[in-house]
Amino acid sequence: MPGKLKAKIVAGRHLPVMDRASDLTDAFVEVKFGNTTFKTDVYHKSLNPQWNSEWFKFEVDDEDLQDEPLQITVLDHDTYSANDAIGKVYIDIDPLLCSEAASVISGWFPIYDTIHGIRGEINVLVKVELFNDLNRFRQSSCGVKFFCTTSIPRCYRAAMVHGFVEELVVNEDPEYQWIDRIRTPRASNEARQRLISLMSGELQRKIGLKVLEMGGNAVVGYLQCFDLEGESGLVVRAIGTACTLDKLSSGSAPSTNTHIHPNTAPASNACNSPSKDGKEPVFGEDLPSSSGPPTPFRALPTSSSSPPPFSPSKPCSRQSSSSDTDLSLTPKTGMGSGGSAGKDAGPLKTLLRQQTQTALEQRGASSSGLLLNAREFPFFTLTSFPPGFLVHAGGVVSARSVKLLDRIHNPDEPETRDAWWEEIRQEIKSHAKALGCHAVVGYSESTSICEEVCILSASGTAAILNPRYMREGCLDIGSTDHRFEEPSPPSCGFCHIPYDELNMPFPAQLTYCYHCRRQKVPDVLFTTIDLPPEAAVTGKGCLIQARLCRLKKKAQGEVNATAISNLLPFMEYELHTQLMNKLKLRSMNALFGLRIQISVGENMLLGLASATGVYLTALPASGGIQIAGKTPGDLSNEHHILTIQKRINDTIAKNKELYQINPPELTEEAVGSPIPEPRQRSRLFRSHSESSDELSELDLSHGKKDAFVLEIDDTDAVEDIHSLLTDTPPPTGFYSCNTEIMPGIYNWTSGVQMFTSVRVFRLSNANLTNQGLNKIFTDLCENLLKSFYFKLRSMIPCCLCHLNVTVAVPEEELIQVAVTAVAMTFDKDQTQEKPAEKVIQKGSGEIEEQLQFPLELCADSSSTSTQQSSKISGTVSLLTPAAKLCHNQLVMVRSAGVPETSNVSSRAASVDYGSFADRCSTWLELLRLKAHTIRRGSVKTSRRTQSLAHSVSSLERGSPLPEGRSRSLRSNRSFGGSSVTVVKMTPLSFLPGTRIIKYLGIINMFFIRETTSLREEGGVSGFLHSFIAEVFAMVRAHVAALGGNAVVSYSMKECVLMENPNKNQAQCLINVSGDAVICVRETDQEPVSSSTNIGQSCSSGTDGGAT
Amino acid sequence: MAVELDVFVGNTTIMDEEVYQLWLDGYTVNDAVKVRMEGGVLEECETSADVLLSDTMDQYRTFQMCERLLHSPAKLANQLLFQIPPHRQAILIERYYAFDDAFVREVLGKKLSKGTKKDLDDISAKTTVTLKSCRRQFDNFKRVLKVVEELKGPLVENIRQHFLLSDKLARDYAAIVFFANNRFETGKRKLQYLTFQDFAFCAGQLINNWTVGAVGEPVDHQRSSRVYMDVDLDKEFLQELKELKILITDKDLLDQHKSLVCTALRGKTKAFNEMEANFKNLSRGLVNIAAKLTNTKDVRDFFIDLVEKFIEPCRSDRWTAADMRLYLTHYTNSAHILDTFKHQVVWDRYMGVIKSCIFKMYHD
Repeated sequence: MPGKLKAKIVAGRHLPVMDRASDLTDAFVEVKFGNTTFKTDVYHKSLNPQWNSEWFKFEVDDEDLQDEPLQITVLDHDTYSANDAIGKVYIDIDPLLCSEAASVISGWFPIYDTIHGIRGEINVLVKVELFNDLNRFRQSSCGVKFFCTTSIPRCYRAAMVHGFVEELVVNEDPEYQWIDRIRTPRASNEARQRLISLMSGELQRKIGLKVLEMGGNAVVGYLQCFDLEGESGLVVRAIGTACTLDKLSSGSAPSTNTHIHPNTAPASNACNSPSKDGKEPVFGEDLPSSSGPPTPFRALPTSSSSPPPFSPSKPCSRQSSSSDTDLSLTPKTGMGSGGSAGKDAGPLKTLLRQQTQTALEQRGASSSGLLLNAREFPFFTLTSFPPGFLVHAGGVVSARSVKLLDRIHNPDEPETRDAWWEEIRQEIKSHAKALGCHAVVGYSESTSICEEVCILSASGTAAILNPRYMREGCLDIGSTDHRFEEPSPPSCGFCHIPYDELNMPFPAQLTYCYHCRRQKVPDVLFTTIDLPPEAAVTGKGCLIQARLCRLKKKAQGEVNATAISNLLPFMEYELHTQLMNKLKLRSMNALFGLRIQISVGENMLLGLASATGVYLTALPASGGIQIAGKTPGDLSNEHHILTIQKRINDTIAKNKELYQINPPELTEEAVGSPIPEPRQRSRLFRSHSESSDELSELDLSHGKKDAFVLEIDDTDAVEDIHSLLTDTPPPTGFYSCNTEIMPGIYNWTSGVQMFTSVRVFRLSNANLTNQGLNKIFTDLCENLLKSFYFKLRSMIPCCLCHLNVTVAVPEEELIQVAVTAVAMTFDKDQTQEKPAEKVIQKGSGEIEEQLQFPLELCADSSSTSTQQSSKISGTVSLLTPAAKLCHNQLVMVRSAGVPETSNVSSRAASVDYGSFADRCSTWLELLRLKAHTIRRGSVKTSRRTQSLAHSVSSLERGSPLPEGRSRSLRSNRSFGGSSVTVVKMTPLSFLPGTRIIKYLGIINMFFIRETTSLREEGGVSGFLHSFIAEVFAMVRAHVAALGGNAVVSYSMKECVLMENPNKNQAQCLINVSGDAVICVRETDQEPVSSSTNIGQSCSSGTDGGAT
Repeated sequence: MAVELDVFVGNTTIMDEEVYQLWLDGYTVNDAVKVRMEGGVLEECETSADVLLSDTMDQYRTFQMCERLLHSPAKLANQLLFQIPPHRQAILIERYYAFDDAFVREVLGKKLSKGTKKDLDDISAKTTVTLKSCRRQFDNFKRVLKVVEELKGPLVENIRQHFLLSDKLARDYAAIVFFANNRFETGKRKLQYLTFQDFAFCAGQLINNWTVGAVGEPVDHQRSSRVYMDVDLDKEFLQELKELKILITDKDLLDQHKSLVCTALRGKTKAFNEMEANFKNLSRGLVNIAAKLTNTKDVRDFFIDLVEKFIEPCRSDRWTAADMRLYLTHYTNSAHILDTFKHQVVWDRYMGVIKSCIFKMYHD
C-alpha cells in the first residue's frame, strides 16, 4: 500500500466550442487512475474554465504507480444526450517515484484527441507521497532511474556498470480484437494508447526489478521499441545497461560542453589494440545457430539466413571453439511452449495482471537465472564511455534473422519472442568472441515487419572493456587478459586490435599504430559507438551513407521468408562495399555510429547504412581507389576507365581539402610492419569480380600506399561508380554526421534546432530494375539532405548532428524515410583546436589531488588516483605503468598526429593470463568496498569539491569563448519572455553552452492520430505535419510540467503512417522518447528562471534557424 | 514516381520571412517558387528547384496552421503547438495584419459585409492585389471591427491590446473601423486623388475630437446614459453643430465675419481677390456641412462635401497650400471676435478638425 497519488485540476484554456448554439462549452473533467475515477464540477459556458478542484487522492500500490498512467479526460456536459469527450491527457507519473527526479508535476498540458488532435489545454497538479516499503518481495522497482542517454549521464558518475538488461511483454493489439469492429475509431485508438502506456510502464518496472536484483540503481541507454505485429499481436521490448550511478554534487558536475569535460584527461591503462579489417566480416553474418529453440520455426529453413558466400570461414570455427554455448535456452523455452492455455478476451487489466504474475513467477522460480543472464550477454547499450572504460574496439558485429510471425497464442507467455532474441544475442556474442573480444558495446536491436515476416536485427561493436568498472563476473575476462599487458595512450588505444595477430579471425592488414607505434592496428575500423572524445583525429568527419534497394518477388509464408533470408547476405555485402568505397573516396579510415537498417516490404528490401566517417590518426592512410578494367586492350574502354579514374582522383583530392585531411607524411621506415601481400588484400570487393592479371600493371595508386581496387567488369559496376560519385558534399559551411558530435569541431555555440522530417515516395508501377530503384532511393536520401541544408542555411556555420535516418516500406511501391537530427551552430574560427582542453584537464587534476579518497571508480583516473591505489594492494601494480603515462598524455593530446616515441618507458612484463583474472577479482572486491566509503565520504568533501568546481568555472570564464557566448545571449535579452516555457529538444546527450543540473525522468510517449477528413487537413502532408508538431508540443508540455527546460537524447522510435486517400482517411502512430532535464547556461551556478534563460538562448538559436 | 508526403517540422518553428510575405500576398506555391527562383536563391545556396518547392510547401503549411492562431494574436503567446520566439511572433502578427494601401482604399468606408466580400474579385482585378490577399485583408478588417465594436474605451488602445499590433498599425485599423462603421463615402471619382493615409489622418482627427470618447473622462460617461465609445460620432455634438447655422443665416453676422477675415488677409496673399469674392460661398459650404451632420446620409458624404464645397472652388482659384492655411486660420479665429456668436466651443471643436482635414486633403 505504499503510495498516495494526488491530483488537482486547476483550469482549462482555449477549449473548442462544443455547443454550436452558444459558441461555448460546459466542460468538466474525469480523473482516472487504475479503477478509481473522480469528477470535477461542470464549469458552465466557458472556453476557459476555472475548476480549481479539490485534491483527488488515489491510494495505490507502487506497482500500479509504475504501470499505470494518470488519465485525465475533459468532457462537455450535455443534459439530454451523452457527454461528448473533448480529449485526454495521459500523465506518466514515474518521474515522481524517484526522489532524485521531479517532485511535482504542474503545468499546462495539451488536451489530445486521437481524431481531432490538440483541443485546448488543461492545467493540472500531480504529487505522489510514497511510503517506505522494505518488503523484499516487492514487485515494484520505484527509484530505479532510467535514462535514454547512451552515455553516463552528466552530473552522475558510474560507480559500477552491471551489464545488460532486457525484457519484453506481449499482448493482443486492440486494433485487431473482435470488439474493434463495433467500437469507434476513437475508442480503439484510445484503447491502444492506453495499452501501450500500460505495457511500457510494466516493462520499465520489470527491468527496474532486474536492475535492483543486480544491485544497480539505474538503467542507462534505455531503448524501448514496439513491434506492431498486426494480427499476431503487440510486442513491447526494451534493452538497457544497468549501472550504479552516484550523483555528483551539483557544483562539481562536469560541464556539458562535451569535449571539454574534465574527464577527458586521461589516463588509465587503456591498453592496446583492436581492429578489424574492413573487408571482412564486419557484418559477420548471422545465421542463428542451429541450436535454435524447439519452436515451430525451428524446422523452417527460413528462420536463419544462410551464410554469406564471402564470410570467411575462420571466424566460424573460432566461434564454435570458444563459445560456451550451453545457455539457459532450453529450460526457458520448455516453459514457454508448454503454455497455459486459457486466455480469453477478458478485460485488459486482468490480462495484464495475469501476465505480470506469470512473468514474475517465472522470475522467482529462477532468480539465479537472472544473474546468469547478465553474464550471458556482456552487452552494453552505451555508445560513449568514461575515459579508460573502452580498451579496444574490435569491429562491428551484427546478426539478423528472418522469422515468420504467428499469432501469440498466449500473451502471458512471451517465450517465443524471448527465444528469438536470445538466439540473436548468442550470435552476436559469438561473433564478438571471434574477434577476440569479451564484450559488445553500442549494442542495439531492431525489427522490420511486413505482413507475417519479421526481420530481427542486432548489432554492436565487439570490444574489450576495462574490468575495473564491471561487476565481478560480468565479463568473461579469462581469455583476454593479455590485452592488459601493456598500456597504450587513450588517443589511439581503442584502435589497437583485440584479437591475436597470429590467429586472426579474418584476413586483415595490420600495421603498427601510427600514433604510438607499439601496437598493431587494422587499416580500417568500423564501429557502432561514438568517437571517443580523447581519440586523435585528423581533419573533420562526415556523414557516409550506403543505400540499397533490392526487388523481390511477392510471396507468402515460408517461401517469402526464404527469399528474404537469401537476399540478406547480399545486401549486407553490397552495403558494406558501398560504405568502404565511400570511405576511401573521402580518404578516411574509420566509421563511427554505424547503423545498418534493412527494411522489408512486400516486393522489395531496403537497406540503409549510415555512419560518420573520420580519419583516425592512429590508422594508416587510405590508399585511394583504383579502377581496373575487365577487358584490357579495348582502347575505348581503357580511355573510359582513365576518365573515371581521373574523376575519382579529383574527388578524393577535393574531399581531402574539404575535410581537411592532411595527415603528417610518414617515412616508410617508421611503418615497419608486416604488411600482407597487397594484391591479395585489395582483390576486389565486387561480388561478380574475378581476379584479373592486368591489375598489377595498372599503377595509379598514390605512392606506396595500397590502392583500393575497383574492377569494372559489367554495367552494374559502372552504375555503382557513378552513384559513388554522385554524392554531393554538403554546401560550404555545413557539416553532417550521425554521431553525437562532429569529429573535428569543438567549439559549439548555443544555436540549436532539432527537427523531424518525413518523406514518402511513391514509385511508379513501371517495371523497375534494382539499379533504377537504387537511383531513386539514393536521390531521395540526397534530396532530403539537400533540403535540410537549404532550410537551415541561416544557421551557417553549422553541423547536422545525430542525423538518424530510418527507412520503411509502408506499402507496396512506397518508400518512407524519416529523419530526426539537430542542427547546431559553431564558431568557425576555432574549429582546429580543442579549446581550453589543457586548462581544464589541469583543473580536474587538481580536484582529484585534493580529494581525500582515491577515485579509481570515478570516470577518470589520473596520476593521483593510481598512486593511491598502488598503496592499497600489490595487485594493482599491474596497472601502474598505464597511469604513469598520463603525464605524457597531456603532451600527446596537444601534439596529436605527431609520432610520439618518448612515452614507452616501462612495459609490463608479460603476464600469466590465468592468474590475472583472479587478481582482478580480488581487486574488484576491494574497489567495491571502497565504493561504499566513497559514498559515505561524499558528504564530507562536497564543500571542497564545490569550491574547486568554482575555480574551474572561473577558469572557463577567463577563456575568450564563453565570454563571447554570454555576450551574444545578453544581446537577445530584450525580447520579453512569453508565458510558455521554452523547451529545447535535442537527440544529443547535452546542449551546447549549457550544463545539465538535474535529470527529471524519462519521457516515453506513444500517440495515435487518425483522420477521416484527410483532404480537409491538407492531405497526408498536412496531416502528418500537424501531428508531428502536436507530438513536439506534448513532449514540451510534459517536460515543462516536470519543471524542466530541455529534452536530451530525444528520439522518434516509430512513425507508422497508413493512408487511404480514396476513403479520405489516414492513421499515424508515433513513439518518442528522451530524458527531461533542467539545464543552465554553462557560466551560471544556479538555475536561472528557466523560461527567460532558455528563451534568450533560444531566440538566438532561431535567429539563425529561421529567417 | 512522386513525392507523396514531405514534411519538415522543427522544434522551434522555422519561418522564412520572404516566403511568409509571398504567402500573405496570396501567391500560390508554384508562383512563390518562381519568385524565389528569380530572386536567385538557387545559385546562392547551391540547391535545386525541388528543394525550393519542398521548402515552400512546408512553410505554406506551417503558415496555414498558424493562421488560426493569428486570428486571435493573444493566443499565439500562450499556445503550445508552435514554439516561436516572442520577437518572431510579433513579426508574424504585424505582417499578417499589414494591408495594401491600394486595397484598403477600395473598401474604405464600405460596409464590411458579405456583399462587399463578393466584390473582392473586382477589387482584386483593379488593384492587382491577389484575391487571396484581398480576402485576408478584408477578413482582418472585419475581425478587428467585430471585436472592438463591442468594447468600451479608446479605440486605438483596444485594437493594440487585442491584436498586439504596433501603434502605427493600430491607428490605421482604428481609421478603417471608424470609416466602416460610419460608412464614409470615399469611392467617388472626385475623392480618388486622396490616399488611404489622407483618410487615416482625418479619421484620427475625427476620432480624437468628434467622438464621445474624445471629450473628457470615461468616469463621467459611465454615469451618463451614453456609452463611452469612440467608434461613433458624438450625437450631442452633432446636434449642437446646427447652432452654427447662424453664421450664414444671419446676414449681419455673415458680413461682419467676411470683413474681419478680409481685413486680416488683405495684402498677405495673391489670391486675396478670389478669397473675398468667394467668402460667402465657402463659408456657407462649411457651415452647411456642419449643420447637416445629424443626418447619417450627410455624415457619409462628409468628405465628398468637403471636396465639392470647399476644396474644389479653392483649387480652381489656384490657392496655394499656404493660402489655404492662412484663410482657414483667420476664418476660424475671426469667428471668436463676433459679438453675437455664442457657440465658440462647438465652433472650435468643429473647425479644429475641419482645418486639419482640409490641410491634409488639399493636394493634387
